[in-house]
Amino acid sequence: MGKKVAIVGFGQTYQRSSRRDVNGVELINEAVTAALADADITIKDIDAVVIGNMDHFEGINYVDMWSVEGAGAVMKPIIKVTTGGTTGMTVAMSAYYHVASGMFDRVLAIGWEKNSESDTTGAIITAFHPVWERPNLGGAIAGLAVEASKYMDNYGVTERDGARVAVRERLHALNNPYAHLHQEWMKGMEVDKLVELLVTSEQNQMLAYPLRMSDMCPRTDGAAAVVFASEGVAEKTASKLAWVAATANRHDFVFLGDIDWDFNQTMGDAAKKVFAKAGIKDPLKEIDLCELYLPYSYGGLKWMENMGFCGPGEGPRLLWDKITDMDGELPVNPSGGVMSSNPIGATALLRVGEAAWQIMRKSGPRQVQKNVNYALATGFGGCSWADVMLLSSKKPA
Amino acid sequence: MGDWKSEVKNIVYEGQIKVPYKWNVGETGSRFFIGLRDKQEIWGVQCPQCKKVYVPPLKTCGTCFVNTDQWVKVANTGTVESFTVVNYSHGMQPAKPPLVYGLIKLDGAGGSFVHLIGGIDPAKVAMGMKVKAVFADKREGTILDIKHFAPV
Repeated sequence: MGKKVAIVGFGQTYQRSSRRDVNGVELINEAVTAALADADITIKDIDAVVIGNMDHFEGINYVDMWSVEGAGAVMKPIIKVTTGGTTGMTVAMSAYYHVASGMFDRVLAIGWEKNSESDTTGAIITAFHPVWERPNLGGAIAGLAVEASKYMDNYGVTERDGARVAVRERLHALNNPYAHLHQEWMKGMEVDKLVELLVTSEQNQMLAYPLRMSDMCPRTDGAAAVVFASEGVAEKTASKLAWVAATANRHDFVFLGDIDWDFNQTMGDAAKKVFAKAGIKDPLKEIDLCELYLPYSYGGLKWMENMGFCGPGEGPRLLWDKITDMDGELPVNPSGGVMSSNPIGATALLRVGEAAWQIMRKSGPRQVQKNVNYALATGFGGCSWADVMLLSSKKPA
Repeated sequence: MGDWKSEVKNIVYEGQIKVPYKWNVGETGSRFFIGLRDKQEIWGVQCPQCKKVYVPPLKTCGTCFVNTDQWVKVANTGTVESFTVVNYSHGMQPAKPPLVYGLIKLDGAGGSFVHLIGGIDPAKVAMGMKVKAVFADKREGTILDIKHFAPV
């Protein structure tokens, strides 16, 4: 077994549609500076850096080299990790592995993206097989729409159920000053009224049935940074810690047609693995909070079921019973989630940082009332792969 | 010097990367495409262990981690397992919206096939509908040798 590892600091930029005042490296530096300040350390205390983004969004392949001044990695070990949508979580996992190995005491994980700099759909399509899937691909959103359609057909789930997820995420984002989408017009309105508006308004364009504009994540400029430290060092670095209880990642098939469209196997299996490692038998009762990579609304229904928070087809019940709202039994995405901010290479790392801050009780207006002992953070990529990390207020046994 | 930022109008430098590629399909994939191109036939490969028939073919079954060497001809017909109607347009899309994109379970295949559904009013496409591959008139050994799947 490796060393125990804790998160000691988290920083992020304000997530915005476009940050023309800074280039990518300068954006990265803002998040790094904030994370170091949060951990109350300096760059001299960092032994190694792991950085990630998705190359095609900026058209730059060597971000480890290219960002070195802003990342604080001059003459230090730095490794680049790129795994598409999961990049931010893979960066966190890699930083965790660095520290758990015993070879580094404090490691900085950085995720970032400047989605405003290119054509997001065009770049996402490069994740699909050039010979077999790109020529006839319906677009970046179409695959998710096909998944949602099948899920709705299987369980009688409605467009209102999907809209209810979108409403939750956007209402939560109003408490998060860092979030990209602040839909102020929603403030103070009844949830039912908002759901009704989203499924009936002609302004809310139907992109690919059943996905309307409001069911999708935005594209964002932003960066995040998280500092991981080893046991012994972590306790001396910060008074508030979020320990890594377990982490897992899963891939299954390359071709979209081969995956199980009724069950998100990678997300389900990765979650099951971390729950087993932490001895969690009833996730709904034992997990206190989730920061989930939900790029679209129906993920907040189907994937909850697949991770074992409820039975098949019961996702809508969890939602309408307010269990996943801010003051519910299992708050999901108090930050507003991916549907409110999506700087792709940073998106999953934001889940980790936000989950850690909830445990540390540093989340400000978006802090949940309840005690957070276990927080689950997930990453999702392309046509269904998953990286997850379970954080704990207590040092794992 | 303190207020220099207020006088800056941010500059955006516009560029483009245009790189041609030659992707090697490999023997296994090439045989599949030759079947589409020359005979309008859809072939899969079967895993000798789990017996799953992969369409499109994979040289290695990832689940069993053994090579698939048995070719199996599957039907040109199948069932719509799920679909969406795409209403927005993007330069990378294969057709103008509204386009129907869906999961088709070919008769005889282990998994599904993701492709376009056509020859029908998008509003009339339904789950469980039986469809048949419509081949392109001009076939060049690509996945678009199947133009789309149309109702039987």
